[in-house]
Amino acid sequence: MAAILSVRDLVKRYDGGFEALSGVTLDIEKGEILALLGPNGAGKTTLISTICGITEGTSGSVTVGGHDIVNGYRDSRRMIGLVPQEINLEPFERVINTVRFSRGLFGKPKNDAYLEKVLRELSLWDKKDSRIMELSGGMKRRVLIAKALSHEPEVLFLDEPTAGVDVELRKDMWKIVAGLKASGTTIILTTHYIEEAEAIADRIGVIAKGELLLVEEKQALLTRMGQKQLQIDLTTAIEAVPDALAAYKLELVDTGRALLYSYDTRGERTGITSLLADLASAGLTMRDLQTKQSSLEDIFVGLVAGDAA
Amino acid sequence: MNWQAVRSIYVFEMARFFRTLMQSFISPVISTSLYFVVFGAAIGSRIDQVDGVSYGAFIVPGLIMLSVMTQAISNASFGIYFPKFIGTIYELLSAPVNFLEIVIGYVGAAATKALFIGVVILATSALFVDLQIQYPFAMIAFMLLTCVSFALFGFIIGIWAQNFEQLQLIPLLIVTPLVFLGGSFYSISMLPPIWQTITLFNPVVYLISGFRWAFFGMADVPIGLSLLAIAGFTALCLIAVWRIFKTGWRIRK
Ligand SMILES: Nc1ncnc2c1ncn2[C@@H]1O[C@H](COP(=O)(O)OP(=O)(O)OP(=O)(O)O)[C@@H](O)[C@H]1O
Ligand SMILES: [Mg+2]
Repeated sequence: MAAILSVRDLVKRYDGGFEALSGVTLDIEKGEILALLGPNGAGKTTLISTICGITEGTSGSVTVGGHDIVNGYRDSRRMIGLVPQEINLEPFERVINTVRFSRGLFGKPKNDAYLEKVLRELSLWDKKDSRIMELSGGMKRRVLIAKALSHEPEVLFLDEPTAGVDVELRKDMWKIVAGLKASGTTIILTTHYIEEAEAIADRIGVIAKGELLLVEEKQALLTRMGQKQLQIDLTTAIEAVPDALAAYKLELVDTGRALLYSYDTRGERTGITSLLADLASAGLTMRDLQTKQSSLEDIFVGLVAGDAA
Repeated sequence: MNWQAVRSIYVFEMARFFRTLMQSFISPVISTSLYFVVFGAAIGSRIDQVDGVSYGAFIVPGLIMLSVMTQAISNASFGIYFPKFIGTIYELLSAPVNFLEIVIGYVGAAATKALFIGVVILATSALFVDLQIQYPFAMIAFMLLTCVSFALFGFIIGIWAQNFEQLQLIPLLIVTPLVFLGGSFYSISMLPPIWQTITLFNPVVYLISGFRWAFFGMADVPIGLSLLAIAGFTALCLIAVWRIFKTGWRIRK
């Protein structure tokens, strides 16, 4: 499938000389959800801001739907909806007016029926005539989403949509995102919650210090994470794994004093019970047992710390 | 052109104005009446006529100009400064609009508000003095041009300002003195010769003089110069605004 968003060697150096993005290259396919994970100051917002035209890239290029964001900014921006990280709204405005304003600003003719649909889906319809300052924080965030959706974008950026949002609203947000995906919208979201990326993303990207360290299918990542290792320390060292235990694909480590067994935690049976039984019948005695799991968190922390996972 | 966007900005900005319509209407009515009480009645009773026009009528063009200029500046500067201040500017920056569309939307709205106030003052004045406008079309054209050019100037101030103090600074320190010393309440010919010369360096003199010419057919400086001054000022502001958007100065990081 063709990429709807394509970022090439994007570098962003701020006026002070600080390099917030150092050569990011990324392709996003139509209809997918990409979650960008990364610590504070990693460059997530800078990446989004540059694609959307809020900041200017120093070098590199970006196209949205084949339109260059500099030379074809009208066509590229028309396709994009942006929900910023900060809640930026005019306190005295009424919900419906700010949403209408956004739609017009993006060049779309008035369509109150569509806006009603958006507001209803975000449970904001009964607040349409309220002033922004009369809304709760979670509602304000949804107003930002409504504004971003007001012009029917094909690509939606959500910069930490669930920061400071309670569990229930977070689940609601996930549902909204799933609904948007079902209607064909491509979504790029940033988050600090690994469970969130797991729950809704198709692919996960990890960014730190302005560099994209990894972009991988969520499923592949989960498989990597689903692997658990059991280490069996033996009382006496052995030369080789006994033939009777060949089926377990054991690995001999620690100069023959320990065996490593890899298994899938999500499988129906892990095979541990039978392994331990077979171990005993093969005449081996164990001194100790320990298990290790590599979680997305581990991979993430490892990557961010600088040593590749 | 994304006219839809221009319209949205214009309508959105005007909505802010309509929310405070009563205020927008009442305050110029009251201040104009006060000016007439103080200048027209108190001082005017001592100054009989200026260049053959009653003093009360003589100050009307200056009064209108004074309000139109300050209103155009404050509306336009606030209009663009406010989104910068509360952060909603992100939307403008990420929208498929160019600088011309943004300027037409914001400056158009600010100029409209200033024009409205100018008309209110004109109407209020008519209650106090007998007004005859010799060149009504020239009068309207002058007022419109002043609204637009000063709104452009205000727009530049709004983009330049990084806090509320700076937003007030230029209007307070430069514009208000220039306007007061620009012959709003007196004819340049009433000043000693040396001051007459100095005054000619004040650009506002040309605007007020031209505007007054449209009312009474007489002016401190030739009407051609007045036209040149306002056209030049508008052109300068346009170039400045164009440069700002070209370079992203104080807007785009
Ligand atoms: N306007 C600016 N001028 C200078 N440096 C900036 C500017 N905006 C951001 N930065 C710097 O760029 C880096 C990346 O910031 P960015 O906001 O993109 O991070 P982020 O990944 O979104 O972080 P967070 O998770 O906290 O939102 C930070 O070190 C930040 O200090
Ligand atoms: Mg951020």
